[in-house]
Amino acid sequence: MNTRALPLYATIAIFLLAYLLAWTQFPNILSTRVLGNLLTDNAYLGIVAVGMTLVILSGGIDLSVGSVIAFSGVFIAVVLRDTGLHPLVVFALLLLLTTAFGAGMGFLIDRLAMPAFIVTLAGMFLARGAAYMLSIQSVPIQHPFFQTLQGAYYLMPGKGRLTLIGVLMLLVVALGMVIAHRTRFGASVYALGGGEQTARLMGVRQGRTTVLVYAFSGAMAGLSGIVFSVYTGSGYSLATVGTELTAIAAVVIGGTLLSGGAGYVLGTLVGVLTMGLIQTYIVFDGSLSSWWTKIVIGLLLLVFILLQKGLLKLSGSRLARGAA
Amino acid sequence: MTLLTRIAPQLIALAALIALVSVFFPGFLAVEFSGGRLVGPVIDVLKRSAPVALLSVGMTLVIATRGIDLSVGAIMAICGASAALAISSGLGLAPALLIALAAGALAGLWNGVLVAVVGIQPFVATLILMTMGRGVAQLITEGRILTFTDAGFGWLGSGVLLGMPVPTWIWVVTAAAVALVVRRTALGLLIEAVGVNRRASALAGVNATVLLIAVYVASGLCAALAGIVETADIRGADANNAGLWLELDAILAVVIGGNSLLGGRFSIIASILGALIIQTIGTGILLAGFPSEYNLVIKAGLVLIILILQSPRIAAEWSLWRDSHRVEPRQRSRI
Repeated sequence: MNTRALPLYATIAIFLLAYLLAWTQFPNILSTRVLGNLLTDNAYLGIVAVGMTLVILSGGIDLSVGSVIAFSGVFIAVVLRDTGLHPLVVFALLLLLTTAFGAGMGFLIDRLAMPAFIVTLAGMFLARGAAYMLSIQSVPIQHPFFQTLQGAYYLMPGKGRLTLIGVLMLLVVALGMVIAHRTRFGASVYALGGGEQTARLMGVRQGRTTVLVYAFSGAMAGLSGIVFSVYTGSGYSLATVGTELTAIAAVVIGGTLLSGGAGYVLGTLVGVLTMGLIQTYIVFDGSLSSWWTKIVIGLLLLVFILLQKGLLKLSGSRLARGAA
Repeated sequence: MTLLTRIAPQLIALAALIALVSVFFPGFLAVEFSGGRLVGPVIDVLKRSAPVALLSVGMTLVIATRGIDLSVGAIMAICGASAALAISSGLGLAPALLIALAAGALAGLWNGVLVAVVGIQPFVATLILMTMGRGVAQLITEGRILTFTDAGFGWLGSGVLLGMPVPTWIWVVTAAAVALVVRRTALGLLIEAVGVNRRASALAGVNATVLLIAVYVASGLCAALAGIVETADIRGADANNAGLWLELDAILAVVIGGNSLLGGRFSIIASILGALIIQTIGTGILLAGFPSEYNLVIKAGLVLIILILQSPRIAAEWSLWRDSHRVEPRQRSRI
């Protein structure tokens, strides 16, 4: 059996088990309405988590994404308010900007040979500061095109709404799966996460891969910012504080090794949905308070990290036995 | 003398910064004595830098072992909440402070065990408490902002002792005590040894596991003190906002202090100067009349400059470039 896929199976099993437990208590939780909302409410998180998955697979980390999402929202709102540009043009501009921002961070990480988390920490300050500079107040978005986007959904049987942004998240996950598992770039990312030295000996272009993977994460953060602005209908510079941690948690709960080199993009989707399920359960219950979300997510994080540790030890001893 | 050369860059940076702020706000260095206390922008900087200065003391030790503690902001929230809860439920000042310090030590112990015994990377191990900690703090305050009116506790945040604000005394005494303990004993050297090479130092007989746990407990205790000061200052425990972003400021202070993120040699005084630099920038921006939004962007620029200065690759390329220029004339003469 493939031990690498074990965390993924564990994640899926935990998600199904949790859903089953929630269902026995609240039968309504298994309806297309709840499922539709689960996708819509976590769309921005799912998209940004796909970018984070690739970064973590490459052995890095991107702490700037939460700030980039906030910046994107404010950027869209301010540009739409002050100019007559069509939202699609603004979206394209924004994606260009955040992709370049991510690529810049990747370039610095590679050229300076410094830990990714400190470089992206500077990026986090920069993006949040730029958002503050654009506007401190929450800026509403009143463009008719946004109303069209917000109103776009497919009515599933059972009156659940499959919204545009929910579908977009699923598409991004599919795109992430193709990139990670089916392209040369994806293979380079895995190789880099497995070990820089070996990756270089294999002929992976380290600098190029590092720049590309952070550029991808920047693009996903920008896309997530667009989705978030559609979801909330406004841009606010203090929004999505701490989203980078939630995204990292989703990736780890999804079974990706935090030190890089092993994991699946599909797992991240399950991780995001698991966290969404916890929140939904708390809403259904009504008596539990929202802070339990944080505590349960923290505990899940711990369990999965311990599980990974155990698996690494297991495969390590198996390797040792194989060598002897 | 060696200490002076070690902290010279930080001192020069601080002096330059003060000069720059004085250009925009001429009265920056003015200090007067009124109502039994010293008053002036500089005193304000010394008071407001207390949380970051306290955190940076513990963070310096953690970073010296090649670790990182991302959870200090959350620990501040937990400790502030427990102190406020203890005070408002009628316990005295001393038990409340003890409870807060115990909470900080416990949080540090949790981090230390995860890092040293379980063997999780420090960045990941402390991320768990960073995510969970605010939830725990909210659990303690039950989601409200716990306020209290205890004058003795409030004194710790806004009182005056011998003309100086009490928070200033707290960080000065803490930093001095920790610096003395690690530098007058072999402890500092052992911490550096673990940071440079944990396996080698363990083979040399250093009990790396206990040392690592102790370092994270020290960081937790410093965070508890910072949490107490902040909670006492606003006379309330805000589980959501207490210590928010401060872990990043603390790391920044340590890095400005010239301590390498890759572990090894450290200087607590330099980190404290780093904390003062950060606070001078913050206060200076406000006094000079710039919007405070510039603060984050300036911090980002600072991190970038320091990263370039610290970068092993840039340093290597620079020395290569310098050597090649040095060698060139000799080669020419040979031809």
